[in-house]
Amino acid sequence: MQQEIKPEDPLKLTSNKYGVTDNTVNKSESRDRYILLSLGILLIVTVLISLVIGRYGISLHQMLDIIQSWITGKENPNNHEAEVVISIIRVPRILLAILVGAALSASGAAYQGLFKNPMVSPDLLGVSAGAGVGASIALLLSFSYLGVQLMAFVFGLGAVFLVLGLSSAIGRGNGSLLIMVLAGTVISALFASFTSLAKYLADADAKLPELTFWLMGSFAKSGSYKNVLVLLIIMLITGLPLFLLRWKINVLSFGEEEAQAMGVNTKRLTIIIILCSTMLTASSVALCGMISWVGLIMPHIARLLVGPNYKSLLPTAMLGGSVFMLAVDNIARSLIAGEIPIGVLTSMIGAPIFIYLLFKGRRSWV
Amino acid sequence: MKLEIRNVVCGYGFKTVVNDFSATVSSGEILCLLGPNGVGKTTLFKSVLGFLKLQGGAVLVDGLDVRNLSKKAFAQVLGYVPQAHVPPFPFTVRDVVVMGRSSYLGAFGTPGKHDIEVAESCLESLGVSFLANRVYTELSGGERQMVLIARALTQEPAFIMMDEPTSNLDFGNQVRVLRHISKLAQDGLGIIMTTHFPDHAFQCHCKVALMQRNDVFIFGSAEEVVTEKNLYDAYGIEVKVKDTHFEYFTIRSCMPIIEETDSSP
Repeated sequence: MQQEIKPEDPLKLTSNKYGVTDNTVNKSESRDRYILLSLGILLIVTVLISLVIGRYGISLHQMLDIIQSWITGKENPNNHEAEVVISIIRVPRILLAILVGAALSASGAAYQGLFKNPMVSPDLLGVSAGAGVGASIALLLSFSYLGVQLMAFVFGLGAVFLVLGLSSAIGRGNGSLLIMVLAGTVISALFASFTSLAKYLADADAKLPELTFWLMGSFAKSGSYKNVLVLLIIMLITGLPLFLLRWKINVLSFGEEEAQAMGVNTKRLTIIIILCSTMLTASSVALCGMISWVGLIMPHIARLLVGPNYKSLLPTAMLGGSVFMLAVDNIARSLIAGEIPIGVLTSMIGAPIFIYLLFKGRRSWV
Repeated sequence: MKLEIRNVVCGYGFKTVVNDFSATVSSGEILCLLGPNGVGKTTLFKSVLGFLKLQGGAVLVDGLDVRNLSKKAFAQVLGYVPQAHVPPFPFTVRDVVVMGRSSYLGAFGTPGKHDIEVAESCLESLGVSFLANRVYTELSGGERQMVLIARALTQEPAFIMMDEPTSNLDFGNQVRVLRHISKLAQDGLGIIMTTHFPDHAFQCHCKVALMQRNDVFIFGSAEEVVTEKNLYDAYGIEVKVKDTHFEYFTIRSCMPIIEETDSSP
């Protein structure tokens, strides 16, 4: 009788990675580095493509010419218009997409480890919805730039604590995977209704279109150097601690008691991770609107590539998130004559990818 | 070294579950916690490990109150082997075991070469180094238990606490795990473990703390504590404790009586 060939699943993939030879530690580490390097190259290629494509046609040759003129300092007057398009419009937008992709993925990956739950994401924990409400209110009331950021953070954090409080109250301390997912759904729905209310109350001529377009997610208006700088600073303040603490997330994923027994200060670590991850997502939402799915699927894809160890998982998820976000943004601005809201696209792409991952990863999640 | 649980009162919130429990265990000894379900074994366990705040009494290591120790220092004195469960992510065994090194790493540290060597030698000392590259979530219950013991050993503690190390294991694996526990004690580790099988106390030459209802605790050697009367008082069942003589040694064991006899009180 012929044996049926089973489709590969993520568990198999990670176990293939660790063969049976002796120096597997070095091997797996160098393999992870190789994957990171490939993703880095992929990112550079995607950036180059992103510079060329768009409504204003720029040939590859012209672009290389411009890059050369940046390096040498000699300007070609024929390229002036193209240079303006690239440096004022495309470069900041590309940088922002890279940062947002990395921020959302890092935040999602950290939440998943912290809550020992691969189904968790910034969307599910209500952070996106909460930050959306906060930012909507701030926009309606014409708050300052900083005010929008702050409101997004405060509401995002509030949503996380509501979800955590609700799931631990229902689960009496040991909130299960399912309860947390349900609590997240409920709180997200609640906050979404607040957002609807904000839209309803918004001035139909001035604020409503702005609010609606922003909520669906877009880099079109936010792609400025100022925003890039702000997000870069936020990523340094909140992403860096997350990155440095990433190995400890492994230990936390075994549960608070076990981590504590291994000498980890779980309370402090938990608070740092929640604050940092929430800030990363909230500021992305405040700048670019609701971009869902990225924070859920990128950690899963990274886990398929390098396994569950956060030492490699977090950088892989972040780089992968950048590539993904940039690629999707390219589609958003070049597929049709107008702009497609990027949140719409990530959902359309993310949902089928996630269904695929669900089938592949069935065994590791039940 | 000596670990002393002195007049401990513990429970959840304002509710007291265990009142005035005392026991000691020294390096090289095994302390077996016996008692019926719901008597507070787990609560006591969690309190000694510091997961729950003590309501009274103290846990002392060589006379020093462990509350004065930092989390890291405590982890290097007392290791914890939880009941084997399945974590959400498919870590390799090596990754799992090396996590026990957390208390030796700085705030932003990741395990280095030395930590990986310690992890591998701990796996080796338990005879399971062949598991190092396997995926933890795919192991059998017995294998997972060994991996968790190895993880606790990488903390290089003087004592370890094991929560029902033989639960959910088949007969052969139970004996294998017990054999390793005995060997660890012979090598100088102090061990506290909970179990549902009084026989284990005889097989591993344990000290026993038998927890009965209404805060009655009996502490002593297995021979002193595991008696027909004490077992009846603790579990409410009739048990015969008998010696079986072999050529060179004698083993004492417990035989519960299933059939109802008239003589039962």
